[in-house]
Amino acid sequence: MNLKIKVNGEDWVLDVAPADTLLDVLRERIGIKSPKIGCERGDCGSCTILMDGRTIRSCLVLAVEADDHDITTVEGISYEGISELQTLFLENNSFQCGFCTPGIVLSATELLEHNPNPTRHDVQEALAGNLCRCTGYEPIIDAVLAAGRGGTE
Amino acid sequence: MVIANEFDYRRPATLAEATEILTNHTGSVRILAGGTDLVAWLRDDAIAPDLVVDIKNVPGLNDLRLDGNDLHIGALVTFTDLIESDVVNEHAPLLAEMSETVASQGIRNRATMVGNICSAVPSCDAGPVLLAYDTTVHVTGPDGDRTIDINEWFVGLRQTARTDDEVVTHLTIALRSHGGVYVKLMRYGGEDLAQAAVGIIAYPDHEYRVAFGAVAPTPIRSARIEEALRGKPLDDALVAEVVAMVRDEITPITDMRASAEYRTHMTEVMLKRGLVAATERLAGAGPAYGTRLI
Repeated sequence: MNLKIKVNGEDWVLDVAPADTLLDVLRERIGIKSPKIGCERGDCGSCTILMDGRTIRSCLVLAVEADDHDITTVEGISYEGISELQTLFLENNSFQCGFCTPGIVLSATELLEHNPNPTRHDVQEALAGNLCRCTGYEPIIDAVLAAGRGGTE
Repeated sequence: MVIANEFDYRRPATLAEATEILTNHTGSVRILAGGTDLVAWLRDDAIAPDLVVDIKNVPGLNDLRLDGNDLHIGALVTFTDLIESDVVNEHAPLLAEMSETVASQGIRNRATMVGNICSAVPSCDAGPVLLAYDTTVHVTGPDGDRTIDINEWFVGLRQTARTDDEVVTHLTIALRSHGGVYVKLMRYGGEDLAQAAVGIIAYPDHEYRVAFGAVAPTPIRSARIEEALRGKPLDDALVAEVVAMVRDEITPITDMRASAEYRTHMTEVMLKRGLVAATERLAGAGPAYGTRLI
């Protein structure tokens, strides 16, 4: 089937099978590797991407469903240098292995877009669907809170 | 892991086209809305349709509006749509309270409430609340449109009164002054399925609707508890009387998420707290919607 899709501002036209997931097409056909293959059942959040500005689980979306939609991955918000949020992830040691980080950065980006000054509870709720096995979450939450306060402590 | 099952995919542009596709198809078919259950089930080989019909391009199914006193919720309205809707937060904040407990942000952005009751798993969060609201389910099929009372909707584990050639177009809820509550027991906040859940609506003159989730093969209403509450001011004795009825009303199982006894005990606790909160909310008091009661 024909798939017309915009990924990080770039137009793609691909021939895909109905059973191909968006996650697999992004990684294997387009070569975008930041969405990770984790649980593949919507629990872990490592495949999180933005579709039309909202986070979705790309493992639970068929590629054909993304026809005519606009996809942003963490690569797409980093072309002109990393974002302020990403800088704060560095400063706060908000990742170790990094497997969950693209998904968490995108989830936090969506949160800050809709709620520029989130509370700790807001951040916890927004990131509840993104599992991290390294950090214990606190450095991640601190970074997002700092971004919400304009980067200051 | 790829989806092993091969299937055809159609994306009709109108409801009539969707109905035509479903009517003319002779094999197994699944309707795709948000897909958060469907794609997971496809990957698990729990289902193996030879046709998937994606209804997301059908116009009008996103509608979320108030028609007089009827709240109209289209088949494609997501949990995030409900949480962010002014109409819902003003007229039926219970729907937002329930929606906030569903999975995670990335799932809520995609998953639809209608899909939730079409999947019809025992723990579906929308089930108890829509039962308590006496929701009407509107479907269309080869023989035209029909409505299904939500109380007739859940016919078994993952089974509904909808036939394979029918599409749910929308739900309607006849709203009147009420206080509601959805209490959901999870192993941790965020992202988990309900271990047990209670949906309650209090109407004026001591009239209640009481429904449970994840403690029977389907979400269930309790007519006995509603009858016992009818017409009597809620006090400690009345709460104790109906809490004592819970054990005979539910049939929970023991599984990896909770034991039957724990589910039963917590359902009693949640009914007790929920009845008080719903009654207070009816009076314009009580905990704000969205406050977790357990």
